Amino acid sequence: MSILHTVNKSPFDRNSLESCVRLAAKGGAVLMIEDGVYGAMKGTSKSDMVSNAMKDLTFYVLGPDLKARGVDEGKLIDGVKVVDYSGFVNLTVENDKVQNWL
Amino acid sequence: MSETKKLMYVNRKAPYGTIYAWESLEVVLIGAAFEQDVSVAFVDDGVYQLCKDQDTTGLGIKNFSATYKALGDYDVNKLYIEKESLEARGLTLDDLMPLVYEDEDDDWAEKDSIKVVSSQEMAELFEQSDVLFNF
Amino acid sequence: MGIEVNGKVLETDEEGYLANLNEWEPEVATAMAKDEDVELTDSHWEVINFLREYYEEYQIAPAVRVLTKAIGKKLGKEKGNSKYLYELFPYGPGKQACKYAGLPKPTGCV
Repeated sequence: MSILHTVNKSPFDRNSLESCVRLAAKGGAVLMIEDGVYGAMKGTSKSDMVSNAMKDLTFYVLGPDLKARGVDEGKLIDGVKVVDYSGFVNLTVENDKVQNWL
Repeated sequence: MSETKKLMYVNRKAPYGTIYAWESLEVVLIGAAFEQDVSVAFVDDGVYQLCKDQDTTGLGIKNFSATYKALGDYDVNKLYIEKESLEARGLTLDDLMPLVYEDEDDDWAEKDSIKVVSSQEMAELFEQSDVLFNF
Repeated sequence: MGIEVNGKVLETDEEGYLANLNEWEPEVATAMAKDEDVELTDSHWEVINFLREYYEEYQIAPAVRVLTKAIGKKLGKEKGNSKYLYELFPYGPGKQACKYAGLPKPTGCV
């Protein structure tokens, strides 16, 4: 059993990413989309929270949303995987269910 | 024409995820026609609006980051960015688009529109404004 | 609403502005001008092409004040004034020229 968690809000604007990381069970996948992609950047006041959660969770970020916002892939926290739209679809299929942290 | 007022537009939202950033930019451009003393502040996630190399092709929506470059033509050339907001997001001035204007009173010399200010300086700028528009 | 160009009907809004910017071709401007009894000269085209380039770069149709200043800079002072532009586009250089250029109505124009 595994859950795909999606986060679409900036971690600086809402606590969605924080709650997701706190409440996601081990082995889950977290996909950051829309304004949520800012949570995948390194060197921010939220980066450590994500890095520390990587022992239990796998983090993904949606490429087109990164590009739209001018976030270069070189600025991502090490270990965060970039996926495209078909990768998004694969993640929803690979996991049993989806939890959206709105 | 009535006396000039100091108007300040305050941006606190990232672009694209919500409509605030674009709405604000449109209001700034429309308001520029009234020849008031306009300045624009970028705090919190608002600083993301000015990130360079934005490319919305994959989303199929308008890349309005290009429009910020027109602000100088509209005589909107006081853009204040809060340093603390940049730092919390791991950003520096190098991550932002260079935005310039031509100074009519200085033989049309090209000058930077962006000024990075501290939280305290930003608070003073709010205090000095006659009207604040929040987005 | 729509406008017929090269055998195709292109969608327009209630004020005659092209619905889809990408469908524009020079014949669109010619057809719109014909409807308003305007014959397009090189001087008209200069402004229309300028507007299209401005939109391409900044993603907005400039306000008349900004257009006038920018035209003056690019095409010379004798063209960068409202008299010149209003003679070419009597319905307003913003509204009319933007329409011919396939752009939306200038931001802030009512």
